[in-house]
Amino acid sequence: MTSLTAKDKEVVKAFWAKVGGSAAELGSDALARLLVVYPQTKTYFSHWKDLSPGSAPVKKHGATIMNGVSDAVGKIDDLTGGLLSLSELHAFTLRVDPANFKIFAHNILVVLAINFPDDFTPSVHVAMDKFLAALARALAEKYR
Amino acid sequence: MVKWTDKERSTVRTVWESIDIDELGPEVLRRVLIVYPWTERYFGAFGDIFTTTAILQNPKVAAHGIVVLRALDQAVKNMDNIKDTYAALSRLHFEKLEVDPDNFRLLADCITISVACKLRAEMNPQVQATWQKFLQAVVDAMCAQYY
Repeated sequence: MTSLTAKDKEVVKAFWAKVGGSAAELGSDALARLLVVYPQTKTYFSHWKDLSPGSAPVKKHGATIMNGVSDAVGKIDDLTGGLLSLSELHAFTLRVDPANFKIFAHNILVVLAINFPDDFTPSVHVAMDKFLAALARALAEKYR
Repeated sequence: MVKWTDKERSTVRTVWESIDIDELGPEVLRRVLIVYPWTERYFGAFGDIFTTTAILQNPKVAAHGIVVLRALDQAVKNMDNIKDTYAALSRLHFEKLEVDPDNFRLLADCITISVACKLRAEMNPQVQATWQKFLQAVVDAMCAQYY
C-alpha cells in the first residue's frame, strides 16, 4: 500500500492534537469492542480474569495500547525506526497474529467516529486509516 | 442460514430505525469514494468524483448512496432470508457490474462508521457486534452468486 503523504501527516497530527488527550479512554473502549465484536481475539488474554468492557485489565491495557498510538503520531516521520522495539516485542514475545492489527485499527476508527463525529470527516478518516495501516506495517516489521 | 436471537433482531431494527436513509446514504457513499479511492472505477458515469470536494458535491453520488441504503432495508425486513433476498443483486454485481466483492466489505465498514457517527454511545460494543454480524450476512449474500 501507499506511504503517508505530507498532507496525511498534517491531517493526522492536527486531528490527534484535538483527540489525543482522551487516548486512555478511547483505547479502553477500542479494546473492549475488539474483545466483544471479534471474540477470537480473546485467545490472547486468557490470563485476565475479566474480559468485559470496563473491567480493570481491559481499561488499563486499552490505555497502554492507545498511548502507544499517540507515541507513534510523534514518530510519524519514521514509524519503522521509531517502533522497532515494539515490533520486536510483538514479534518475539507477544506473537500476535498481525491480521489483528487491522481489526484493532477498525475499532479505533469506530471509537473516533463515536466520540468525534463532526471532526471525523471522510478526509480525516482516510488519513487515520492510512496512518494506522502504516503503524501496523511498522509493528509487523520484525515478524519474519 | 444465519441464526438471530430476539435481542439481535430488535437491535438491528432499532439501529435501522434511528437512521435517515436520505441523510446517511449520501454520507456512506462519499466516505467509500474518499477513503477507498479505487472504488471510483465503478462510477464512470457519475462525472467528477476525483477530488474530495467533487465527491462531496456530486449529486449522483448522493442519489446512489440512497439507492444502496434502500437495498439494505430489504435485508432488515428479511433477516431470515438474506441470501435469497440478495440473489438477484449479487448476480447483477457479478455479471453486469463486475464489482470486486472485497468492495462490499469496504462499504460495510463505511456504513458501520457512518452509523457510529450518528448513534455515538448508543452503539455500545454489543450493538456494534450485532450490527457487524448483520452486515457480514449481507456481504456474504452479495458474494454468494459469484462464480
